[in-house]
This record gives sequence, C-alpha cells and structure tokens, in this order.
Amino acid sequence: MPEPGAKRTVTVAVAGNPNAGKTSLFNLLTGSNQTVGNYPGVTVEKKEGTVEHGDLRLCIVDLPGTYSLTAYSLDEVVAREAIVDERPDVVLDVVDAANLERNLYLAMQLAEMGRPLVLALNMHDIALQRGLRIDLDRLSQSMGVPVVATVAHRGQGRRELLDALVRVAQGAVPSQPLAVSYGPRLEDAIAELVALVGADGALASALPPRWLAIKLLEEDAQAAERVRTTAAQPDTILDAARRITSHIAAQEGQDPAGLVAEHRYGHAAGIVRACVRVLDRGTTLTDAIDTIVCNRLLGFPIVALVVFLAFKLTFLLADGWAYVPWFGGWTTPTGAFTWVFDELLPRWTAPLAAGPLKSLLDHGILAGVGGVLGFVPLVFFMFLVLAAIEDSGYVARIAFVLDRVLRAFGLQGKSILAMIVSGGIAGGCAVPGILATRTLREERDRLTTMLVAPFMNCGAKMPVFGMLIAAFFAEWKGEMMWLLAALSWCFALGAALCLRHTVIRGEQTPFVMELPPYHVPVLRNLLRSAGERSLMYVRKAGTVILGVSILLWALTYLPRLDPEPFERRLRESAEATRAALAGSPYAAAWDRAGPAVLAQWVRRARQGLSVPDRARLADQQPELLPLTEVAAGVRQPATMPVRDPARFVLSFVETVDQVALERQRLQLENSLAGRLGRALEPLASLAGFDWRDSVALLGGLAAKEVVLSTLAMTYSLGDPHGPQDDDRDFVLAETLRATPGWTPLRAFCLLLFVMLYAPCVATVVAIGRESGSWRWAAFSAVYSTALAWVVAATVFQVGSALGIGV
Amino acid sequence: MTSTLADLDQGCRARICGTRPGGGAVRRRLLDMGVTRGAELLVERAAPLGDPIEVLLKGYHLAIRRDEAAFIEVERLGDEA
Repeated sequence: MPEPGAKRTVTVAVAGNPNAGKTSLFNLLTGSNQTVGNYPGVTVEKKEGTVEHGDLRLCIVDLPGTYSLTAYSLDEVVAREAIVDERPDVVLDVVDAANLERNLYLAMQLAEMGRPLVLALNMHDIALQRGLRIDLDRLSQSMGVPVVATVAHRGQGRRELLDALVRVAQGAVPSQPLAVSYGPRLEDAIAELVALVGADGALASALPPRWLAIKLLEEDAQAAERVRTTAAQPDTILDAARRITSHIAAQEGQDPAGLVAEHRYGHAAGIVRACVRVLDRGTTLTDAIDTIVCNRLLGFPIVALVVFLAFKLTFLLADGWAYVPWFGGWTTPTGAFTWVFDELLPRWTAPLAAGPLKSLLDHGILAGVGGVLGFVPLVFFMFLVLAAIEDSGYVARIAFVLDRVLRAFGLQGKSILAMIVSGGIAGGCAVPGILATRTLREERDRLTTMLVAPFMNCGAKMPVFGMLIAAFFAEWKGEMMWLLAALSWCFALGAALCLRHTVIRGEQTPFVMELPPYHVPVLRNLLRSAGERSLMYVRKAGTVILGVSILLWALTYLPRLDPEPFERRLRESAEATRAALAGSPYAAAWDRAGPAVLAQWVRRARQGLSVPDRARLADQQPELLPLTEVAAGVRQPATMPVRDPARFVLSFVETVDQVALERQRLQLENSLAGRLGRALEPLASLAGFDWRDSVALLGGLAAKEVVLSTLAMTYSLGDPHGPQDDDRDFVLAETLRATPGWTPLRAFCLLLFVMLYAPCVATVVAIGRESGSWRWAAFSAVYSTALAWVVAATVFQVGSALGIGV
Repeated sequence: MTSTLADLDQGCRARICGTRPGGGAVRRRLLDMGVTRGAELLVERAAPLGDPIEVLLKGYHLAIRRDEAAFIEVERLGDEA
C-alpha cells in the first residue's frame, strides 16, 4: 500500500536501437538515481533509475538496445519479455532522428504491442545539421503516439519528455494501437489466427492476440513456446499457424516473415516520406573519417595505433602516472589501492602473535582483498577507455577492419580488444580483458574470446618469465620475450579455432552490423558507466575471490608441522650463544633483551637502522647498538671485546634464519599443496617438473607472480621475515642454475606452462561472472591446465630425446 | 540481370530483389536491418582484406560479410563515379 500523500509509481521501459543515444537519454532522465544489475539468469546489463515528475514517481528501466523484437539475440529476447510480461505502464522508444526509417521499424513493433508509447526523437541536432527537417506533429499523428525532440547529451528536451511520459502514464493521451497494414493476404491470415487466439481465454489475456498472431506467422520460436505453455489447446493454434505460413510462402514466393518485414519497412518509408524534408545531402563527417580509417592501406595501421594507445592509456591512467595526491606526495590509483592492503591493513594485523589467525589474515584474507581491490583501478580505466572507443563508434570499425583476419580463427574483430588488454601487448591483465569482452554481443564469439584471452602474457607472468630467462637464457633475453609473445598469440588463436570445432561448435555468428555515425563521447557518461561497472565487479567477484584465496592459503598452510624440533634447535642455539657470551659485558644485554629481540635488531641493523630507531636503541639499550651493528656488518669493531660477542650473536641470528627457512620449506612440503605436488610428480615429471614446480604453480593460481615466491620457499630461499626481497629473484635464478636437473629445456617447459595453465583466481571468477556460468569458469581452468601440460610434456620429451637444451 | 550483393564492386548501386532460401537466423537478421525487397543500396567500400563490405542502406551504414551478402539477390542499377 502506498503511503498517503506518496506519489504513485509508474514504470517506464526505455527501448531503442543501439547507437540511438539510449544510455545518454536514460542518464538525462534519471540523473544519479540509478542502480545497475543483471537481468535474472543472463549477463545482459539491467539499469534502473527513478525520477519524480508532476504527480508521479517514474521508475525507469533501461532495456538492451535492439533493432527488432524477434527472438534473434539474447538482447532482443530480454527486451521483449520485459515489455510483454512485465507490462510497463509506458514504453519510451529512443529513436535516432538522423536515421529515422530504420529506427521506426522497432518503433512500429513496439506500437503494435499495444503498450502506451512515447517516442523520443533523439540526436535531433545531428538531423538538423544533416539537413533533415522532421515534422514532429505529423510524425506523432502517423505513429499515433506523442513525439518529443531531444538532444540527450546536451540535456535538451528532458522536461518535455517527462511531461509527455506523465501525460501518457495518466491516460491523458488517447492510446490507439498502431495498425500497420500487411496487405490482404497477410491480413486474412492474421485475422484467422487472431480468432483462434481470442478463443483461448488464458492466451488472449496473457499476450495481445494480433501481436501474437503476427509473431506466429513470423515463425518466432519464443512465441510458439509461449503458446505451448499457456494455451489450452496449443496444437490447434500452432498447426494452423504452420499451415498458413507454408501456404503463404508457396503462393507469394516469400515467407510471411519476409512479407511482414517488407510491409513494416514500407510503412516506415511512407512515414518518413510524409514527415521528413531533406534539404541537402552532403558528405558527412562520418563518411570522411571512414574513408581514412577503413582505407585499404591505412585500415590496419590505424586499428593497431588506436588499440595500442587504448592499451597504453588504460595502464598509464591506472598504474603509470602518479597523479593522486598521497600523504604530501603523489601516487598512482593502483598505488593508492594497494596501499590499503600492503600498508594499512598489515598495520592492524602486525601486533598479532604469529599463528594460524595471523597467517590467515595476512596470507588468506589480505591477499584476497588485495586480489579484488588491486584490480579496481585497472578495471575502472579499462571500462572508461573502452566506453570511449565504444561510444565514439570506432569499435564497429575495428570489427569491420579485422573481421577477415580473426574470423579465420573463429573469433571476430572486436575480440582483439580483449586479447590486447589481457596481455597481447606485454604487461596487460586478463581480468579487465575478460570484462572487455562485453563489447561482443554474440555469445559464442564472446565465450571463445574469454577462454583464449588468458593465454596472453599478462603483467603477473612477466616476473616469472624474467627470472627464468635471466637464469637460463640470459644471452637471448629479447629473443625469448619476443618468442613468448608470439607463442601466446599462436596458442590463443589456435585454441580459439579448436574450441570452435569442439565445445563451442555452431555456425559462426553472422556479421551483419551497423557502422554507426561517429560521436564525441560525453565524459560524464563514460565516468558513470565505468564507475557502475567497476562497482559491480567488486560486489560480484569480491566474495568469490576472497573465498578462493582463503582456500589456497589453507592448501599451503595446513596441516601444520610439529614445531617442537625447530624450537628445540633454536633453544639450543640460544643457550650455546648465552654460554659463549658469559663473562662479556653483553651477557646482561642478552638476558634483558632476549634472543628474539636481539635477532630482530640485528636484522634491522643489516638493512640500516632509521635515525629514530637508532636513537631509541642508543637511549634504551646503549650496549646493544655496537653489538648489533657489528654483528650486522655495518660497522667495524672499534674495540676488540665486541668482535667475538658480535660473532656469536651473528651466528645465532643465522641459525634462526636457517631454521625458519627450513621450517618453511618442510611446512610447505608437508602441506596439502606439497602432498598434492608429490602426488602429481609422476605426471609433472613427464614435463620435466618435480614437486617444487607443482607447488609453485599451485601457488600461482592465486596470482601468477606468486609462482616465484613459492618456488623460492621450496628451495629454502627468500627472507622468511619480510614479504619481499629484492634480491630474491636473483638468488633464485642463481640457485636454479646451480641445481642439478634444472636445464634450459626444463626452464623453457616451465615458461610454456606458466604462459598457458589455468588463469589466476581473479580471472577465473571474472570468466564465471561474465559467461554467467561457473561451468565455463571451471572449464577454462581445466582445459588451460591440460593444454599447458600436454605442450610442456611434448616439448620436454621431444627436447630430451633430441638432446636439445639438456 | 540479377546477381548477389557479394558480387558487387565498390561504388555499385543496386536494388534488392529478395533473399535466397536458407540462411535462417541470418536472413531474419537481414530483414530486421532493412534488407527487404525493393530497398536500394550502394556498396560504399570493402574492408582492407576485401571482406566484409560496407553498404549504404536506408540512410545508414551496414557492414556485412560476403558470405552473408551472398544470400541477398540484387539487381544492378549502375555505378556511382
């Protein structure tokens, strides 16, 4: 029940052709009062907003942009169901004034559905510029609905449009359903079917009979399905429809679907003739631009340039240019976001005692939060840049120019954006890459693109490549990087081709696409759309990524080893050191500070004490300062008595570190991940890997760069007390080169495996969200890993047999 | 003389005579985009590799692959210089 005095709410569904400026108009009407979601069960974006006008509260729902209301694409089905089943109080059709004839085709279909309708004649300014003079009154009479001229991106026509919507919603405008005449032959057929439908009470009340009759003649699968589920005697109606349809097709040489379209377009052409005067028809700017960008010679270079600039701009805006004011300095947006979980949150967990809780917080939850938040700036700017290319109209030209090339691999022109963002240019990221597939409206092409884009060399694979190349291919650094980039493209395109012949079989989606006129994008709309989409990414992907990263943490953390043997070694070493120090002036300091604190100071002294730290130490425990600094090797002993104690302390600290590293390695080896790695060894060994590689690769599922730190752990390397060690990669490279069994061949196989195997958690989750099915996400992880293994194993076996790189 | 849209060169004007049987969803799509009997079109250009092509139809620009264009029967009206 509405509260007394509250305004009545009416729903307005906004329909329209793609490129008619529907989104701009929706933004104009609703301002910032919007929510974005998905239509239930499908990945089509659904936007809603409210605005109060006059005595009414208008709840405005944005439908997907469509050319028609056939059941040809998912967008069309969604738009149609939203009008037929949800029965909005008013339908607002956004019509491109400069492209009236084709836009009226949809308007007529909407008018035929019998819902109250208002036409917004958008981009009226462009129509005027092109010398088109449209008689609004006459158009309104011809269509039998109110028509309002608008220029949405300049905010013109908002008031008039809201007035018209309110008037129609209040029933102040007599609504006459548009009667498009389909000619005597079809009209007879329609009448016959309307009689049958009308006789069926349930069906006639669910759907407008004339509309349903026409849909049945058009052999619309969805309409037939509705008859089957709703009608009392569906077969009578469907049989009649089939009989009439084939009869007409035989007689007219054209099936009813074609005749219906012909008559509708004929009707639209008639209206345009009556309502539009053409003053002149010169070359438009769009024609001039297209002459250049679709040119035989310049087409490819220009696409390459635009895609490259889009890529650069995305990554520079997100993570290249430091332009965010930050504690008196400047940082990048990614820097600001990562600060939260690299600096701020660890400060809260720092005081916690080491243990399962701290480990869970640091390596499970914070890593998970980082896995979500760290991508936000990238995702936001990718959406921003992409929306700019999309709104400008250039995306359609990319598809046009590259179609012939990518079609050969079962992809299409627009796939290139997702591939480039994913790392087609080194240093990309598959998460925004997966989200970039939204420009592809065709499900199969989109799915294929999502499944192959992660093969591209994203930024997180780069450190792994860098380390392995430094260790084994140092002389061919440039060549190797080039080879890996070329291989990633080959695998992605090859995999696309295979997928299209196996799991994503089906006719290639027809390429029948409008090349819309160019527009200068409106920054406000771009920012809004990028903001909304990024927010949705965080909301939808956030919890899943967090959950999986906790799971991955548990894999490497559990079960725990018995700490006693390690602690005993530490105790023994501490006691030996204490005994050695006995009698020296430092024994008291040792007792007072305790071995753990002392070791801590030595470690800090090694990295150079900060001035306040040094002052604090000098003040509170003056005798510790020379001891730790000498032990750390940053100060020459001034007095002899300090040298020996410092050596004892240093040896103690080294033991502590060694035990910690050993414990870490044994812990990892004993963990679920380690056991899994051991269990996988028979398989892994075919590709030249041992359990260490497997564990590192498992760790890399959280994020590819983790392969390095995990691998370092399995070799008891790295600084167990700090999250990062700048020298770690170098030390790891040295260690691997010195380790028997590590050959260039094995390194190359690992490079291939890292390039191809399952995408990181954030990417897999993005695939799940964007494909609308977790099955595809799981498929992506499994088939990539299988491919990676087959490739690595083949290369290793062939290489070993031929003695290459061993 | 009838031929299909796929056979036309850049700068050709033509009138649509109909669509060839088969095609299914493609044909439906073409109808919705205004590829109906009697409509006139102009082949504006081809993509750098000669396919797809861009036609001017009902005042807007339509990109279409030659595979799909082969469904569309046309009658040549002459060339535009």
